[in-house]
Amino acid sequence: MSSAMQQLYQQVILDHSRQRSGYGELDQPQGESFQVNPTCGDECRVQVRLDGRRLGQLGWTGRGCSISQASLSIMHEMLEGESIDDAEELGELFRELMHARGKELEPQKQEQLEDLSAFTGVAQYPARIKCALLGWMALRDAIIQAQHG
Amino acid sequence: MTSVRDVAADFPLLGRTVRGGKRLVYLDTGATAQKPAAVLEAERRFNTESNAAVHRGAHQIAEEATEAYEAARAAVAQFVGADFAEIVWTKNATEALNLVAYGFLNATLGRGGAEAEQFRLAPGDEIVVTELEHHANLVPWQELAAKTGAVLRWIPVTDEGRLDPAGFEVIGERTRIVAFTHASNVTGAVTDVAPLVQRARSVGAYTVLDACQSAAHLPIDLHCLGVDFAAFSGHKMLAPTGVGALYGRAELLDAMPPVLTGGSMVEIVTMEETTFMPPPQRFEAGTQMVAQTVGMHAAVDYLSELGMDRMAAHEHRLTQLMLEGLAEIPEVRVLGPASAEDRLAVAAFDVEGVHPHDVGQVLDDDGIAVRVGHHCAQPVHRAFGVHASTRASAGIYTTEADVEAFLAGLRRVVQFFRGG
Repeated sequence: MSSAMQQLYQQVILDHSRQRSGYGELDQPQGESFQVNPTCGDECRVQVRLDGRRLGQLGWTGRGCSISQASLSIMHEMLEGESIDDAEELGELFRELMHARGKELEPQKQEQLEDLSAFTGVAQYPARIKCALLGWMALRDAIIQAQHG
Repeated sequence: MTSVRDVAADFPLLGRTVRGGKRLVYLDTGATAQKPAAVLEAERRFNTESNAAVHRGAHQIAEEATEAYEAARAAVAQFVGADFAEIVWTKNATEALNLVAYGFLNATLGRGGAEAEQFRLAPGDEIVVTELEHHANLVPWQELAAKTGAVLRWIPVTDEGRLDPAGFEVIGERTRIVAFTHASNVTGAVTDVAPLVQRARSVGAYTVLDACQSAAHLPIDLHCLGVDFAAFSGHKMLAPTGVGALYGRAELLDAMPPVLTGGSMVEIVTMEETTFMPPPQRFEAGTQMVAQTVGMHAAVDYLSELGMDRMAAHEHRLTQLMLEGLAEIPEVRVLGPASAEDRLAVAAFDVEGVHPHDVGQVLDDDGIAVRVGHHCAQPVHRAFGVHASTRASAGIYTTEADVEAFLAGLRRVVQFFRGG
């Protein structure tokens, strides 16, 4: 396999796409959002329960490519139990990375992204950026639903 | 006789490399075909020598443009076995199919006078489509049904991805329109048109054929097929984008009310009302895509010169190679007939446990261009129990080496994601 593909499909992405963290529906979600990628028909549903200003519970279901599934899985791993502010900040950083055309962000930001830094190479492929961001669009919307719904 | 390698040399784009110097293996012809130099040159020559608006202006260039535009219509009509005035230019097949649906709607709304009464739909009338359809030959009929109170029914597919003849029973006394594909852009299955036309005729229903995939790959004779309407697009048959055509039997086009209205399609306009020109002009409102029609003329000339029979035979051989190769990869399930008979060189498939996007990405890294997703045909994917697939589709310029490169690439995909 070429180095471009090894750069795109890093082990952490392949692992998360197979062992998906947080996959499943919540019992009584306070907010949820359903998003579709019209290019391929992929879809995801993200559900949240808030605990004050924290994401008490975060769950997701859906189907999609390894990029979209790994993105959701890592999102769950990094954000469940964390504050809404942290979720928003990380979401912003991830969006910035996805618009960086495959270049790394500043070292401090790259560190803050933790496992999400594995997606750096995805941003070289415009058709795949939506895959990576689908779950994050759903999360942002689900939090708004939970706060105002 | 030109070899297939020589044919590929006629297509400038196929000479480029992708992803860091890799030879391009273009297997996305089902989405859009590459253009031979003859087509590109015809368009260029028209734009540099004869560009003018058609059917207006008395100057020499306008005359040349009008002549080129109508000569293209004559060439395309002959290519598909239709009469000159039975071919209406549209921007693509989607527009052509919508033109028929909106013609029925306008007739139902009372437009078109007594001749158009035959197209009026009443609540409870039935429109029959099939589960195989591209969204372009499904959604316009859903919309027409919703607007008129007609009921949409459909013919299901078999496990192999062909129309189920047992399902033809759905065509009954209330059926007014039967819209079906000549060849599926997913399963590649070629429809046996005759029994459907016969059954539709026996109940007095109109037939609408989506000939997008077939017109580009098989010899086609619309008069012989006996359908009432047919749609096809230029860009799938080596012509430019932005041009397609609607075929309608002469007496039907003659009776159908216009859809888009405005300039170029009128006789007398007063502040109160307007009379319309006869077809095909009645359906060609506004300034037309003249250069593209000239390109389409060059495309059908090119195809005729190669010979559609010869092209179909070459693609049949590619179908066999593709299907044999895919059958040897245990993780791959082809969505469509296993045999190459009555089947286009289109193979949509599922790789167990690997998402189509990931399949396509790794193939692309080898320079192999395939389509991923639902290919604008969600219902047939649902019938196969998947929501998306990877599709390799060949054209006249595809070589056996291309198919071999694709199969080798696919084996690497399986190796990469399934690990072995």
